[in-house]
Amino acid sequence: MKLHLRIWRQKDGSSPGQFGEYDLDGVRDEMSFLEMLDVLNEQLIDGGEEPVAFDSDCREGVCGMCSLVINGKAHGPLAGTTTCQLYMRHFNEGDVVTIEPWRSSAFPVLRDLIVDRSAFDRIMQAGGYVTLHSGPKPEPNSIPIEPEVAEQALDAATCIGCGACVAACPNGSAMLYTAAKVSHLGLLPQGQPERYGRVKKMVDQMDQEGFGACRNYAECEAQCPKEISINFISQMNRDYLKATLSEPVDRRSKMSSQ
Amino acid sequence: MQRLTALYQTTLGKKAVVAVTGLILYGFVVGHMLGNLKVFTGNDAAGEPHIDIYAHFLRTMGEPMVPYSFLLWVARIILIAALVLHVYTVVLLSRRNHAARHENYADPRYSQASAPARWMMVSGVLLLAFIVFHLLQFTFGKIGGAPFVEGAVYANLYHAFHQWFFVGLYVIAMAALALHVNHGVWSLFQTLGLDNPDRNRIFRLLATLSSVGLFVGFASVPLLFFLGLMPSPPTGEAVHLTEGVM
Ligand code: SF4
Ligand code: FES
Repeated sequence: MKLHLRIWRQKDGSSPGQFGEYDLDGVRDEMSFLEMLDVLNEQLIDGGEEPVAFDSDCREGVCGMCSLVINGKAHGPLAGTTTCQLYMRHFNEGDVVTIEPWRSSAFPVLRDLIVDRSAFDRIMQAGGYVTLHSGPKPEPNSIPIEPEVAEQALDAATCIGCGACVAACPNGSAMLYTAAKVSHLGLLPQGQPERYGRVKKMVDQMDQEGFGACRNYAECEAQCPKEISINFISQMNRDYLKATLSEPVDRRSKMSSQ
Repeated sequence: MQRLTALYQTTLGKKAVVAVTGLILYGFVVGHMLGNLKVFTGNDAAGEPHIDIYAHFLRTMGEPMVPYSFLLWVARIILIAALVLHVYTVVLLSRRNHAARHENYADPRYSQASAPARWMMVSGVLLLAFIVFHLLQFTFGKIGGAPFVEGAVYANLYHAFHQWFFVGLYVIAMAALALHVNHGVWSLFQTLGLDNPDRNRIFRLLATLSSVGLFVGFASVPLLFFLGLMPSPPTGEAVHLTEGVM
């Protein structure tokens, strides 16, 4: 199969970028999208050109490193699929394929298709933890959890932190990622002690990173490779409003009678 | 209050303000549309149109507990405040969103975002312009060829809506309202964290029905006048209503 590739090339964050045009022959159906780019890079290196820089790690859809906008969609045309799990059989002879990095002011381009997603790490650091005892392993099943709730928490926990939700959002919002992280801890009994403090800290960090405000388009859900539900956004909104409006600020001061 | 101002500093708080003010404005348009239907119920025994009586009632309700027009002004102040907050906050948020995505894709594709959702800003700006126009026309009586008589609601409508451009303008504005409500009424529940899979269908149904219902209810008034299906106003109705209105 022969493809025409239009790939975003940018030397570094401070240089302007532009599209590079490449013709690639010998693309086979069973190649993954990233393998196709590997083939291109070998060609480029052989010809003495700079290879295209892109992120990848596990290449089996679990780590969240791969991150390409393919023909205007994060992780390409297939729903529920990461770029590394997208196979070339979904493309046709002679297709023009446009490849761009995630576009978000909070994810600055480092080089070509690689963006800096450490904003997500800082959101996690702000509140994505639970307090647990360390030491001897506790008795399994010592904390009862409603199975349906555990399943829902696991649904949220499938978020791999890839950032496709931000890339897909015309408003540059990181609500789906933050909501998934807030909810998977907030739903479980182990996450209760920090529940309201957590949502506050993580959302405030999200604001500080400069992500946009959600307009409920649900593009994130549609383009998320793990199909995380916008239900979690609603849950996070609820917890956040509760945290700011009704959670006690001062629990222990003295009260007087009147 | 301290909590509310703290909330307003955050994007989620601002969104909640847009949602709550949107809900207030939505409540108003539903009430307004239902009130308008009095145009179709004819005249009372004395020959005064029901809609005029209703308009008069809006000013006298609560009397003598509260002065003339008091409750009307309370409602007006709440609505104006809601509208100003709604628009101002949306402008702030929208600026933030533009900054968050300053560069767009070569060929952006949407998977799920509905057209009404993406056109919220356009429908919103249209509605804002329409509100100004509508007040100038039917509250202040500054627009329109025919003589405007305060309180003679039916006659004012009758004269205005025999002109095609007013009818066209009102129908377009109501289409914008339908679009705005279609996304907004669902979106506000999601923003306030009230939506979940159990309730999702009912909230979306409410949004769809509201948008269709508001469009039909509002647009039928100018259209029926224009098509000549409405009786002409009783002569001298303005005489009944010489006491001040507003
Ligand atoms: S919510 Fe989905 S799109 Fe967003 S970071 Fe997680 S897995 Fe990626
Ligand atoms: S490379 Fe790990 S998810 Fe794609």
